[in-house]
Amino acid sequence: MYVIVVGGGKVGYYLAWNLVDQGFEVLVIERQPAKAEAIREHLGAVVMVGDGAEASVLEAAGAVRADVVIATTGEDEDNLIVCQVAKRRFDVERVIARVNNPKNEQLFKRLGIDATVSQTNVLLHLIEQRLIPDGLTRLLTLQHQEIEIVELKVGADSPVVGRRLSEIRLPPDCVFSAINRGEHVIIPTGQTRLEAGDDVIAVTRTERESELRRLLVGV
Amino acid sequence: MRVVIVGCGRVGAHIASALDRRGDDVTIIDINPNAFTRLDEDFSGLAIRGTGIDEDVLRSANITSADAFLAVTNRDNTNLMATQVARVVFGVPTVAARVYDPVRAEIFANLGIITICPTTTISNLLLDALETPPARRS
Repeated sequence: MYVIVVGGGKVGYYLAWNLVDQGFEVLVIERQPAKAEAIREHLGAVVMVGDGAEASVLEAAGAVRADVVIATTGEDEDNLIVCQVAKRRFDVERVIARVNNPKNEQLFKRLGIDATVSQTNVLLHLIEQRLIPDGLTRLLTLQHQEIEIVELKVGADSPVVGRRLSEIRLPPDCVFSAINRGEHVIIPTGQTRLEAGDDVIAVTRTERESELRRLLVGV
Repeated sequence: MRVVIVGCGRVGAHIASALDRRGDDVTIIDINPNAFTRLDEDFSGLAIRGTGIDEDVLRSANITSADAFLAVTNRDNTNLMATQVARVVFGVPTVAARVYDPVRAEIFANLGIITICPTTTISNLLLDALETPPARRS
């Protein structure tokens, strides 16, 4: 697999290092010759000097055969255009952009970027989950953040305790896929009864998340 | 006509002043407030400090009711991102970007964005000037 990393700052550099370590074929494109030289000293001949938004530079980098292009610079507009040029001009299958302003995550997806990573949003989610426990943990977000897989702890005061799943009225677009109870994992059926302390793994539409939390956690 | 312009350099200030004199409703955005000194002294439009790729800044420039949007900062990528936001998010009918890189100008031209490439335009004008026979020789 061939990965082109545009931007040789801290994010690009450590990303490239890890990718090289995992055996990927990697090329870093960095505008500043001094930064590029520093990367060459540490990682070897996996770096080229140039502006990754320029088609001629991407062409020289072999973008036509790249499986992934990842834009990691500190400027959102540069990351967007790099990814769009890679996709439109070179048909790169997967383009990933670092997003510095978290507001741009949705926008980039509307503009055709396959995946975005926002350090700010990652930190925010971690803080929400680890520091403000509310009985719900987001495990995975799918489909442009419309659908998520969450884990919910059934609260002692929840109205669902002791009830069969078939008796519980779930919010629309919510499905239970597994229940962790102590050492056991239960794949639920309509006959399964919920107990306080169960960890329920559910697939839900993001907008139904708080409804589902109120039902299971009870707060 | 309501026009929003991003970038108050020589070109942005010139267009903004000209449209304003003509009686159009102009809002100009620049990250550097000193840039607004390039505008006509009696410029009656709105000048907003901020970045033209930020949806909130664009909203404060009343982009939702704009007829046209021009991005003329000195950075191609900023202009291309700003015009895409104007077109895709706010549905502005006419959007145009200055793009120095001819290849980028071509790639984004077929996305509902008018791209103007000074590199090609000026090169062609200069080539034409070379072809024109001198008026008189000393």
